[in-house]
Amino acid sequence: MALHVSSAPPISAFHHLLCFFFHDTYPEMEYASSLQRQLASMKKNLFDQGYLDEQFYQLEELQDESSPNFVEEVVTLFFRDSSRLVANIDQALQKYPQDFRRLDNIMHQLKGSASSIGAAKMKNECTSFREFCNKENREGCLRSFQKVKKEHAVLKQKLENYFQLLRQDGPVDKATRSGN
Amino acid sequence: MLSPRGPKACGGGAADRQIHVLAVDDSSVDRAVIARLLRSSKYRVTTVDSGKKALELLGLEPNVNMIITDYWMPEMTGYELLKIVKESSELREIPVVIMSSENVPNRINRCLEEGAEDFLLKPVRPSDVARLCNRMR
Repeated sequence: MALHVSSAPPISAFHHLLCFFFHDTYPEMEYASSLQRQLASMKKNLFDQGYLDEQFYQLEELQDESSPNFVEEVVTLFFRDSSRLVANIDQALQKYPQDFRRLDNIMHQLKGSASSIGAAKMKNECTSFREFCNKENREGCLRSFQKVKKEHAVLKQKLENYFQLLRQDGPVDKATRSGN
Repeated sequence: MLSPRGPKACGGGAADRQIHVLAVDDSSVDRAVIARLLRSSKYRVTTVDSGKKALELLGLEPNVNMIITDYWMPEMTGYELLKIVKESSELREIPVVIMSSENVPNRINRCLEEGAEDFLLKPVRPSDVARLCNRMR
């Protein structure tokens, strides 16, 4: 599976020269390129560390001029739904006797949405939870759910950071306009 | 009837005879994704979050060229929706595609036997949508 990172070629000597040459004339250009490097690095980490999978790329591929913020919109929808589902599971886990079927239903929804945005680690933790559900193992469910919540919180933070940075990175030609 | 289309020409068509797809899914994330996938191919898309709403819409708007529905929904599953559509004299000609995040052979067979046009595993890919091109009414 090819990993396509937006600044894929290694930073060449030519690039350094270009930065040096343009620094005084177009300081915005250097800033933009450093931002893009940060973004590329952030994204690469998200994939390398297994937070995101191929499906996230698929969403990016669907983004275009007619739908320029598609990925962020979908991710926002996800966290809106997932927060609700996580709260529902929390509540359901407090109940006696445990309704494992209901727990599994809610987790099925959460897993489905996670899968749709490419949230790989979350998806895996959801799968583990469902396995404990199927075995009606309450302790296992509780432990597993802590992991689900953790992955959820971590991913939320990382993607918030990513999109915040992405928003700062406007279209390329902004960097070459004189003045600001 | 559809005029012959090459693989790249497959898509929603011109505005006056744009192909209309009804997408049914209780997940807002999945609705957004399937809608975007279909709109990328220039289909006109209406999304609803339940089988019940799908049937209401179909009652009002007969010009739906395809229904694409999630299998697992509360109250009415995609399978139940498929059955109702195929048993209806007004609606039975509309091709119905089922989507599911779970690869359950029995489920797939049951849907196909009931007249589903295709069964797609989620997450749905552009290649899946391309495949549907020739199945539109």
